[in-house]
Amino acid sequence: MQKINIEDLAEIKEKTRETHFSTHDGLYRARVIVHMGTCGVSAGAEKILNAFQETIKEKNIKDVLLTTSGCAGFCCREPMITIENNGSPPVRYGDLTRKNVQQIIKEHLLGGHVVQDLLIPEDIPFFQRQVLIACRNRGLIDPEKIDEYIAKDGYTALAKVLTSMKPRDVIKEITASGLRGRGGGGFPAGVKWETCRKAGEERNEEKYVICNADEGDPGAFMDRNIIESDPHSVIEGMIIGAYAIGSRQGYIYIRKEYPLALKILNTALEQARNYGLLSKNILGSKFDFDIEVHRGAGAFVCGESTALMASLEGKAGIPRAKYIHTVEYGLWNKPSCLNNVETWANVPVIINKTSKWYTQIGTGDVSENPWGGSKGTKVFSLAGKVKNTGLIEVPMGITLKEIIYDIGGGIKDGKKFKCVQTGGPSGGVLPEKLLDLPVDFDSLTEAGSMMGSGGMIVGDEETCMVDMAKYFISFLQEESCGKCIPCREGLRCMLAILENITQGKGEEGDIDALKDLSRVMKQSSLCALGQSAPNPVLSSLNYFLDEYEKHIFEKKCPAGVCTALYEMYIDPELCTGCMVCARNCPVGAISGSKQKPHVIDTSQCIKCDVCYSLCKFNAIKKR
Amino acid sequence: MAIDLTPLNQIIEKWHNRKDFLIEILQDIQDKYNYLPADVLMELSKIIDIPLNQIYEVATYYKTFSLQPKGKHQINVCQGTACHIQGVTVILKALERELNIKVGETDKNLDFTLDTVRCIGCCGLAPVLTIGEDVHAKFNPSQVPRTIEKYRKMLRKRP
Repeated sequence: MQKINIEDLAEIKEKTRETHFSTHDGLYRARVIVHMGTCGVSAGAEKILNAFQETIKEKNIKDVLLTTSGCAGFCCREPMITIENNGSPPVRYGDLTRKNVQQIIKEHLLGGHVVQDLLIPEDIPFFQRQVLIACRNRGLIDPEKIDEYIAKDGYTALAKVLTSMKPRDVIKEITASGLRGRGGGGFPAGVKWETCRKAGEERNEEKYVICNADEGDPGAFMDRNIIESDPHSVIEGMIIGAYAIGSRQGYIYIRKEYPLALKILNTALEQARNYGLLSKNILGSKFDFDIEVHRGAGAFVCGESTALMASLEGKAGIPRAKYIHTVEYGLWNKPSCLNNVETWANVPVIINKTSKWYTQIGTGDVSENPWGGSKGTKVFSLAGKVKNTGLIEVPMGITLKEIIYDIGGGIKDGKKFKCVQTGGPSGGVLPEKLLDLPVDFDSLTEAGSMMGSGGMIVGDEETCMVDMAKYFISFLQEESCGKCIPCREGLRCMLAILENITQGKGEEGDIDALKDLSRVMKQSSLCALGQSAPNPVLSSLNYFLDEYEKHIFEKKCPAGVCTALYEMYIDPELCTGCMVCARNCPVGAISGSKQKPHVIDTSQCIKCDVCYSLCKFNAIKKR
Repeated sequence: MAIDLTPLNQIIEKWHNRKDFLIEILQDIQDKYNYLPADVLMELSKIIDIPLNQIYEVATYYKTFSLQPKGKHQINVCQGTACHIQGVTVILKALERELNIKVGETDKNLDFTLDTVRCIGCCGLAPVLTIGEDVHAKFNPSQVPRTIEKYRKMLRKRP
């Protein structure tokens, strides 16, 4: 591959549109895109791809292009495909099997009719309510082909910056856009860039830009998805950032648990380097910059800036106190600007469409004060007990209700909504009465949760709030690096108390003890992990105190989660005597004869939920 | 039996002998040898000139690394929030019963290692677990015996 100049971008775009997409004057009548993100592959996308390959070959179809892309965002309908026809709006099909492939080829590709049974209509709220900026190219381009990114106007923002903007103008533009860090902290990106640039200039030192792709929050997969669908948007954002700050070296720190994202990222970097978009004289300019990838090795705290930088240096990722900021003394004690994947992916769009356009989306006013509002969009991974799970990008200021009921389609299996958890282990749970809360950095923090990196997990009546708090505390207790006492010991004590409560050994005074510990940890922990660790406990105590009290005083778990606090039984009215539960019970605790109601011997039952998950008649109950 | 150190040298070369790539180097050693053998770490310490105690600190800090040999099939049960509220704990218990080992342990034939993983980011398909490279999505406890049997069969087929 040859190094390219700014003029070449338009040519590549033109050519790629002809040869890689389905356009009126292009080579292909239709383009079939199989979505092969991690979730798609887990749901069997590979089989679908193979089926298309075989049939297209067998029927000798020449004018249809078969290609792959990252996830299209609608996880619960995977495996999914998108078909583009001569530039007309794309058509999506979901929940596919090999059999469906034949039908789609016969009816849609050869017959020219949309297969209505398999169609995911474009006009459903799941798509309609979303505004795509960071995820603009998801499911539309092959992440392993840089030309397809260029065909979607990729790297034009970089060209704009290199030809017509001074580094300071770029920083001004990003500050004016009100872009705040999407990793959870919500720190204004422009302010960070400016501080880093200044620190480097004052001391005449090298500066680094770093991309945090160590998405450790359980229940969050935005960054994985952005990298798997559109890695160049992140790379382009970083190059622009480096130009603005005056950095020559960048790093991407990505967790090892994302093998597919890592592979795609490395391919993308290689291609960018071959085109001369990285390394020396980028796009024929005098600007040099390159990016190195480091894999995380499984430590949640490495998402924290100081820990991440220690890990980049090849050390144990232990945080340090932050009275000296990493933008001044970060990696190798040099000024380092760390933003997460989603933040970087926003940058090219802001440059291309201007900050004025960007500030029209979102809440508040950032013209005077960069903290004055939340602008743009936020990507959330919507999961848990909602009908539509997946990755969604919504304008800031949308309410929780709109996300859960319009986009998410409401609670699944006809159950009742109980809570929504945002912000991962540093965030909290919010109850039904707060569903009208607008989703932005400040409203969520005020309500005792936080935006976090974007995990949004919905719980229903079968979600136990004490168990949820215990889950996060146990997570954090294991992940605490152990350096400072409030976090290390505080979490251990909290976990012990919560364990007792869920095992029916809760006592009067436990709630006060939890509150006391929380206060100390919030005030005196060294890093954000410890300071925010009490949030899951405090928010659930605040909104779901009655559930704690039921556990402590009545020794009952209303949600039927804490195994010590309920027993299983079979409703004789509903049991048909099909014997499935009795045959599958691992301890032989269920007895009964054919077509007669069965019974569970509670003294033997180990509450493994096997019968509960197998019973087709909902006859197995908990009390 | 002495451990073959050839792969180690290749790994160090791949990472340009750089100290700041220690974590990468250790990950490759873990992948190659299935754990971090003491002899290999001692040799590594000599070659890239990092004191063994520092390597030990890193090796014991991160969850990926193991100083004990791991099983041929590595089972990782996702502990993400979405998986948790969709009942992954009972699946974990069912696996413990089926394999007769506890979380974090390897059986004595070195066939299976049962572990947890923080979140593999397939929350839309929860509950999820991985066995080797395979992702098992929308899993439920009654599938445990059948699934494990499949992997046992694969072991029996191996020469």
